[in-house]
Amino acid sequence: MKDGTALEDLLRDAAPQVLAALLRRFRDFDAAEDAVQEALLAAATQWRAAGVPDSPRAWLIQVASRRLTDHIRTETARRRRQGVIASEAPPAEQPPPGDLPPGDRDDTLALLFMCCHPALSPASATALTLRAVGGLTTAEIAAAFMVPEATMAQRISRAKQSIKTSGVPFRLPTNREWPTRLAAVMHVLYLIFNEGYASTSGEALVRTDLSSDAIRLTRALHHSVPDAAEIMGLLALMLLTDARRPARVNEHGDLVPLAEQDRAAWNARLIQEGVALVTSALPRGAVGPYQLQAAIAAVHDEAATAEATDWPQIRALYTVLERMTDNPMVALNRAIADAMVAGPAEGLTRLDALASDARLRGHHRLHAVRAHLLEMQGHRAQARTEYLAAASRTTSIPEQRYLMMKAAKLADSEAKE
Amino acid sequence: MKYMLLMMAPAGGWAKFMTLPPEDIRAHISFMKKLNVDLTSAGELVDAQGLAFPSQAKLVTAKAGGGPAVSDGPFPESKEFLAGYWIVDVPDEARAIALAAHISTAPGAGGSPMRFPVEVRQVMAGPPEDL
Repeated sequence: MKDGTALEDLLRDAAPQVLAALLRRFRDFDAAEDAVQEALLAAATQWRAAGVPDSPRAWLIQVASRRLTDHIRTETARRRRQGVIASEAPPAEQPPPGDLPPGDRDDTLALLFMCCHPALSPASATALTLRAVGGLTTAEIAAAFMVPEATMAQRISRAKQSIKTSGVPFRLPTNREWPTRLAAVMHVLYLIFNEGYASTSGEALVRTDLSSDAIRLTRALHHSVPDAAEIMGLLALMLLTDARRPARVNEHGDLVPLAEQDRAAWNARLIQEGVALVTSALPRGAVGPYQLQAAIAAVHDEAATAEATDWPQIRALYTVLERMTDNPMVALNRAIADAMVAGPAEGLTRLDALASDARLRGHHRLHAVRAHLLEMQGHRAQARTEYLAAASRTTSIPEQRYLMMKAAKLADSEAKE
Repeated sequence: MKYMLLMMAPAGGWAKFMTLPPEDIRAHISFMKKLNVDLTSAGELVDAQGLAFPSQAKLVTAKAGGGPAVSDGPFPESKEFLAGYWIVDVPDEARAIALAAHISTAPGAGGSPMRFPVEVRQVMAGPPEDL
């Protein structure tokens, strides 16, 4: 007899596989999900009493399929009574598409591609992925995004509706579609990770750990497509970033910048795994942005002290990344690396060149970086003005507190001089 | 991204609103009810609250020796009062502005749009990345 948590874990892991198996045969996402929920409920009560069957997944698929078939039969009869069925094809079982290699792993992968389809908005795709593939309840997802459960339920139901109306098929993308569709999947997983990572700000709320969910899903994706170097890069980036989480906030709940973090508190096991992944991904050719960001994170994580950071290598990696992405934030980080290698004056020159970019104009990060570089040069009054400019523009409370503290410390040290 | 939409009512507007015929008030109330239903079904509503009239409001400051110093509303120096607010979770600022503009068209006398100001404020969140 399994204990409660082990049974819950087993059911949560099986849920997407059961849903995927049903979707391969039946089109209706909503009805398929209802049937899976019913099968899970039945399993939770029956298994607790009678023990877990030899093949839990097969049991669940069989029960869920039976529920779904019953549902379709009832629906068809109802519609026939109402005389609306005549013109519609019966929503009967569909033969599995011939071009699909069968198997649970491919089914779950096809489900992930479906939930991250570009037809969905990022907010819809993240919610649906957590629900259908991640096995989270609607209440858990709502709590993680801090919205009411009713709102999240609607968001998920609209996402399913968009899949239905836009005719997104349940199958793996073709070779031609593969790169863009995989990019969309990785983007959604990255958004889920970031949402969780950004929420570690210590506003004491019980939130589902989205970073861990994103890592779990990305790990599963990596196992399904073990040769894809960018997926390895994404997983490595998440692990190497998550490794620093214990040192990211101090005992007062304040943000601690990378240079001042207690590196002994970093998670060595995650760093080791992340470094191994990115090291094995990079030589495979086709280097992508996630691999480069992971490589940069690895350089930071492997430095014993902030001073020992290999900035020339970070600058080189940012230079490649900058050519690849056209992301102004990357250019901004490159300017920091320039300053660390060649001195703050070099970084400030680069910032002046970036200031004409409309996407950065008035952005708090531009002011924050300038403030840091001016402080490095010893221009305290100017640095303070820039810290305050950054503090008034950021939309993050912990970051605002950090920037205001920096400005206040400069004012304080000036007063003492 | 989350935004707070603050519905600002002109100081004299409250009294005037109360004298509208019942069908106008009913139209206004149904507009607000439908708005909240629509925001929920769009997956965007986080919270919505209407506030009691300013005549019920108290202004509180801490006394020098501790304890509250309380004065009654309304406060003649204010030109506008906060009548209610919505918190919405939307993809971008443009959507928040569009919602605010829609709220501002809530019907008043004779069913014509009231066009009161709606303040759009972003809700602060956690840090997006490492510093």
